[in-house]
Amino acid sequence: MREISYADALNEALHEEMEHDKKVICLGEDVELAYVFGVTKGLMDKFGASRVRDTPISELGFVGAGVGAAMAGYRPVIEIMFMDFVMLAMDPLVNQAAKLRYMLGGQICIPLVVRTPGGGGVQYGPTHSQVLEAWFMQVPGLKVACPSDPADAKGLLKAAIRDDNPVFFCEHKMLYKTKGPVPDGDHIVPFGQAAVKREGSDITLIGVGYQVQNCLRAADRLAGEGISAEVVDPRTVAPLDTATLAESVRKTNRCVIVEEGHLRSGVGAEIAAAIQEEAFDYLDAPIGRVAALNAPIPFEVELEDYVLPNEGNVVEAAKKAFGVIA
Amino acid sequence: MAKKAKSLSKKRLHEMYRDMLRIRRFEEKADELFMAGLIKGAVHVSIGQEACSVGACSDLNMDDAILTTHRGHGHSIAKGTRLNEMMAELLGKSNGLCRAKGGSMHIADVSMGHYGAHSIVGANMPMAVGMGLAYQIEGKGQVAVVFFGDGASNQGSFHESMNMCSIWKLPVIFFCENNGYAVSFGVGRSTAVEDISTRAQGYNAPGVTVDGMDVVAVHEATREAVERARKGEGPSLIEAKTYRFYGHSRGDPHFGPYRTESEVKEWRKRDPLLLAEKLLKMTKAEKKAHQKAVGDEMEAASEFAQNSPKATPESALEDVYA
Repeated sequence: MREISYADALNEALHEEMEHDKKVICLGEDVELAYVFGVTKGLMDKFGASRVRDTPISELGFVGAGVGAAMAGYRPVIEIMFMDFVMLAMDPLVNQAAKLRYMLGGQICIPLVVRTPGGGGVQYGPTHSQVLEAWFMQVPGLKVACPSDPADAKGLLKAAIRDDNPVFFCEHKMLYKTKGPVPDGDHIVPFGQAAVKREGSDITLIGVGYQVQNCLRAADRLAGEGISAEVVDPRTVAPLDTATLAESVRKTNRCVIVEEGHLRSGVGAEIAAAIQEEAFDYLDAPIGRVAALNAPIPFEVELEDYVLPNEGNVVEAAKKAFGVIA
Repeated sequence: MAKKAKSLSKKRLHEMYRDMLRIRRFEEKADELFMAGLIKGAVHVSIGQEACSVGACSDLNMDDAILTTHRGHGHSIAKGTRLNEMMAELLGKSNGLCRAKGGSMHIADVSMGHYGAHSIVGANMPMAVGMGLAYQIEGKGQVAVVFFGDGASNQGSFHESMNMCSIWKLPVIFFCENNGYAVSFGVGRSTAVEDISTRAQGYNAPGVTVDGMDVVAVHEATREAVERARKGEGPSLIEAKTYRFYGHSRGDPHFGPYRTESEVKEWRKRDPLLLAEKLLKMTKAEKKAHQKAVGDEMEAASEFAQNSPKATPESALEDVYA
């Protein structure tokens, strides 16, 4: 299978969906030249300035405009340059997009995608490094996708654009240049289906977004120590496929959940609750959790490394599930 | 004093009067049902502001859009919203426009081009940008009118939206009903300019202030703005100076402590219904005929709503997908 980068996979999805449906439009800062991250490159040349538009730096305004265009029958894909900036657009996303279909008694749908890169590891400091999927998975009316590799990036974005309801689409800066196999053709990944990214028998490592890559690296190291780790990726946290996660835990009897957001009220808390509900009798150890330490994400590289989760933290948490304290 | 517009026939003016009266009577009925405990929650009536609603919608087609506010019954009625289903929504009935999910503050009738009352102040303006963008791409000459108050003109969303509509020349009419108060905060204290319409200058768009008690003046201003929007010349800002005769909501006294009884009395002398009656030189018989027809219509809406089935608790989970 051909290998392309995560950013190119997203770019392919956008090209294909804009080709597939002329109601798909792209708005955001720097989407025309796409010189910051490159995800929307080539779209303006191909589809024209009416469907691909740079917006002023007005996140509230252009995310709200996405809601309005969706109300008028379009399928807007809105880019927020850094996930942290979504705070400026909480009202259109949470008060409007998530609620309008419901609040209007089903009179309209909001087929809106808000895609945005989160995550640390690039020394951008506290206001350019957050991952916030835990916030949005709490909102009835929003779907939340967190692709961890190029194939899922393409397949989930195509599914998001075809979805009649709003999707918060979490990309990750550290993944944009990562290459991986991506199927040819109309590759679509349905929402609410977790994927086993590596099979194993001794422990389940559940990763969210970029942290799936840390889980895979940790699984390699654990294999060297005789522990066979299975890595499972929920791929969307709303809807959340708890059945597949619990099935893996019933097989391995141990589980560590890894996310890049903060521990308190994180995605892992929700997953852990679901697993104890669905697979309590199968657990041989408390569910482990790895997440960012309780601090904003600092700028300086050693401080940032200290706060963010890494493969070493995952290995340590996995060993703890076997009674090994580092 | 209102002047007769060339573009409006006497018959059309009578229809506009009738619509203003429908708004007045609908809201009086809603107020009555609220006081009787049949409507729960919050009801914000626009009594006194009817000329704004009717004038602003007087040149719109069915496939043009409006986006309104928490004080949106008037705009809804002026755009043709179905009254029975609207009243049923206020009473929380299963056949209400929003299936009892929205209530008074979230009325919508998309089939009539009414894309919702949006009760977060200022939230509807970015949506109007998006609707205008869609209409521009479609190229069928549709326009969107977004209603907001003096208070909302201080939200960032107003400024972001005006700017975006102007740079893209979108067919959007920003219609500001300046009724003098953001709940209890007077516009003179809340807002740095005397005429909110002057804010349009910052966005290179036309801005005009009109007498919001005069339905003809509002109609004229809106007609120009709609024409400009349909021609692809971009957005306009209309500020209609108006007044709500009632309090902010039904929990609020009619006067004070933020305004005086004499102030309310002064404004009531310029009741938009009275001004229109004078303009039309309406006979007692004509007035009676309007009142009878509208009264019957409101009684029917009230009966319809009261006799409609309650929404079931389980219906609270309908239209949830994630």
